[in-house]
Amino acid sequence: MMSTALSTVSRSSAKLSPARRIRNTLMGGLILLATLAVVAPLILIFLYLLREGVGALNLDFFTKTPAPEGETGGGLLNAILGSVTMLAMASVIGVLVGVAGGIFLAEYPRHPLMPTIRMISDVLAGIPAIVMGLVAYGLIVLVFGFSGLAGALALGFLMIPIVVRTTEEVLKLVPLNVREAGLALGLPQWLVIMRIVLPAARGGIITGVMLALARVAGEAAPLLFTAFGNPNVNFDPSKPMSALPLEIYRGATSAYDENQRLAKAGALLLILLIFATSMLARYVTRQRK
Amino acid sequence: MIEPARRPPSRGALSSQGDRVFQILILALASIIVLIFLLSLYQLGRESLPALQRFGFRFFTERTWNPVAGTYGAATMIMGTLLTSLVALLISVPLAVASALFVAEYAPKWLANPVGYLIELLAAVPSVVYGLWALFVIAPILGKWQTAFFLNPDNVGTITRCNELWASQQTNLQCFFVPSGAGGRGLALAIIILTVMILPYTASVARDVIRLVPADQREAMYALGATKWEVISRAILPYARAGILGGVILALGRALGETLAVAMVIGDSQEILKSLWGNASTMASVIANQFGDAQETIHRSSVVALGLSLFFLSVIVNYVARLIIARLTPKGIQ
Amino acid sequence: MTAVPILTAHDVNIFYGSKQAVKNVHLEVQRGSVNALIGPSGCGKTTFLRAINRMHDLTPGARVTGKILLDGEDVYGPGVDPVNMRRRVGMVFQKPNPFPTMSVFDNVVSGLKLAGIRDNKRLMEVAERSLRGAALWEEVKDRLKTPATGLSGGQQQRLCIARALAVEPEILLMDEPTSALDPASTAKIEDLMSELKKVTTIIIVTHNMHQAARVSGTTSFFLNGDLVEHGVTDQIFTSPRDERTEAYVTGRFG
Ligand SMILES: Nc1ncnc2c1ncn2[C@@H]1O[C@H](COP(=O)(O)OP(=O)(O)O)[C@@H](O)[C@H]1O
Ligand SMILES: [Mg+2]
Repeated sequence: MMSTALSTVSRSSAKLSPARRIRNTLMGGLILLATLAVVAPLILIFLYLLREGVGALNLDFFTKTPAPEGETGGGLLNAILGSVTMLAMASVIGVLVGVAGGIFLAEYPRHPLMPTIRMISDVLAGIPAIVMGLVAYGLIVLVFGFSGLAGALALGFLMIPIVVRTTEEVLKLVPLNVREAGLALGLPQWLVIMRIVLPAARGGIITGVMLALARVAGEAAPLLFTAFGNPNVNFDPSKPMSALPLEIYRGATSAYDENQRLAKAGALLLILLIFATSMLARYVTRQRK
Repeated sequence: MIEPARRPPSRGALSSQGDRVFQILILALASIIVLIFLLSLYQLGRESLPALQRFGFRFFTERTWNPVAGTYGAATMIMGTLLTSLVALLISVPLAVASALFVAEYAPKWLANPVGYLIELLAAVPSVVYGLWALFVIAPILGKWQTAFFLNPDNVGTITRCNELWASQQTNLQCFFVPSGAGGRGLALAIIILTVMILPYTASVARDVIRLVPADQREAMYALGATKWEVISRAILPYARAGILGGVILALGRALGETLAVAMVIGDSQEILKSLWGNASTMASVIANQFGDAQETIHRSSVVALGLSLFFLSVIVNYVARLIIARLTPKGIQ
Repeated sequence: MTAVPILTAHDVNIFYGSKQAVKNVHLEVQRGSVNALIGPSGCGKTTFLRAINRMHDLTPGARVTGKILLDGEDVYGPGVDPVNMRRRVGMVFQKPNPFPTMSVFDNVVSGLKLAGIRDNKRLMEVAERSLRGAALWEEVKDRLKTPATGLSGGQQQRLCIARALAVEPEILLMDEPTSALDPASTAKIEDLMSELKKVTTIIIVTHNMHQAARVSGTTSFFLNGDLVEHGVTDQIFTSPRDERTEAYVTGRFG
């Protein structure tokens, strides 16, 4: 009397069986554990570098070049300045070509070359950094020798697809009516892009460039046979140049304690810089939203 | 998607000329992207030509890589690349998807954001830093473990037998899991560090696609009387599978080309793979370790041929990833 | 012995954070009836409907107070698992939402599979009965194994009805089930209602007053979170007691 015949049937099979309940709890627990396992390495790496590297991040580290093999002391001034120099040069290529590529993809979507350029840009994003090093080697080093320029070129190539992607995305976020307002004023399309669309998207583009920089700043593989490394401070882009990731690589695989110590300090500095950059980029993105 | 209608010609020759100049300028700069691609192809092709001409297709099937004898066959490092990448993928995918589920489905907002952010930072850690950590922290732990569990008196018989087998350039399933030393470096360490490195790629792609699963898919399953796990396994994951698979394949692309961390820990041996714990090499690690020292043309050319192979491999992998995402994404819901 | 109403709401209040979306609702729904919830957009119809199968448990910050009794049993009672409650209540959503990676058949039996029923013969029986119940059987019986996304929008919505019917719900909640459909599909689903109430009880949210008048036996008018008036549909539409109801049903606002 309390319920129809139909629902009596369903009521009996309705109850959540213990097996289902247990599986639900179990999977929730496993998912939590797996998440802990995923973030643990980051925390472990950071704590390890902090413990091992912070002591070596002293004044010498920032003002001296590495001591000769086997001796103690010295710093990574050559690598810090080399990284800064090469990243500055790489940004010129990366920003110029990357932003232009992004403008092309976002503003000329019906151009016949658009799909090709979009596809190739995506493909470039997936090409291993070491292969870009080989390419820059063939283009520059074979002719001019190991040089900061070759290293910067390889890094710039790696930046391009990242900058293209973020530029395209932020340009497409600029609302149609902003463009139309410009066109209605009688501005030609190129002035609308340069004076109205780009300034509106500036924050997003800067974020993209920062993220691209953070990504290539840690690359050592493409520098191995391009910038090659240099124990001395060098600003001449036609000569070999050092970089933080290069020194970390050499130091970590070196037999000397002193080099290992510098490598750990360098690694700490590098990830602090990279974290700070990505955090800043994220903060800027958050602000805009 | 936005392109203003063509301006009437009456607008004045000046502005339309400005538009044309600007478009040509932008196109020229954007074409540099194509140029880089073509130059890369040309450069790698030209330099690997001597090796490919000399060895032909055998370059990919021959197992001996011996600079002293002047024979170069990449089969061993192709194996090394595939083995490390695929095993790392296999381990990392469930972990990555789980962490994505945690961030997207389980964690309250105040926790989801920081955890998601930590995972993004994981992707930002440079390869050399992972290599350094693996070398100084994980390798000693693995070494101790090898000594404690394998290289003890109880196993003397097995170890002797395997050593004999290895000496004749052979191995079997049992010996594959017996350590050939206690240094910690080798194939296993490379797999471990690769696993950690590619985790964030799959995880962030998976998180993004899981967040895009429409709320009414979840609710439809909940309304049928499903538990949270059943909603995840029967509604969310099937819906998101194309995107997740795409992310997995992109992560595979990363793993295949990952260089320094692997080069630092894998032990750089071009002998055949004898033990999971033994030294090995991947295509990328050989490029990193040998290109600088390669003196003879044919050696150098063979190394570049590895680079060319990686180039094509990554192009194919990327293409397949995109194809899968496009093909398998659910459509047709009204 | 008087029949226990299939659904009783007693002093139900629903909050999103500190914002109250449903206020102090008292409502009884009789077994085997079709009950329409009408009212202007944003008045809390969906919010009230989702309280019945505890969907608000899934929305952070949402809170339900008061009592909701399903067949005399407290839906929010201590120790009641929302999963068990939802199993007894069917739900059809505003937009058709079949599971796109499943076939037509798998969609219909997805609720039974959850309960661990694997017997193919039984599943097939239920699928046929449910699809017939949703007036879809004739259209899909030859393509049960094809993807559900191959169906038209109206067919997809009837598939979702079949999916809800398959678990033999004691009550079926429908949230504007025809608002995304064309008139022909809408008519088919409206025709279905009178059949459906033979096997279950229906609460339907609708924007369309003609629809409410056509399909329902009783109607509840909501305004700003208040249940203004509840009664036999004819009476609500012809001689409403509250002037706000009258204003609404005569189209003077909303
Ligand atoms: N998830 C939510 N969070 C906060 N407020 C909500 C949420 N869902 C609905 N509301 C608010 O609750 C009120 C009632 O909404 P709803 O029940 O969807 O109305 P109806 O279905 O009658 O159009 C509206 O003011 C709406 O803005
Ligand atoms: Mg609603």
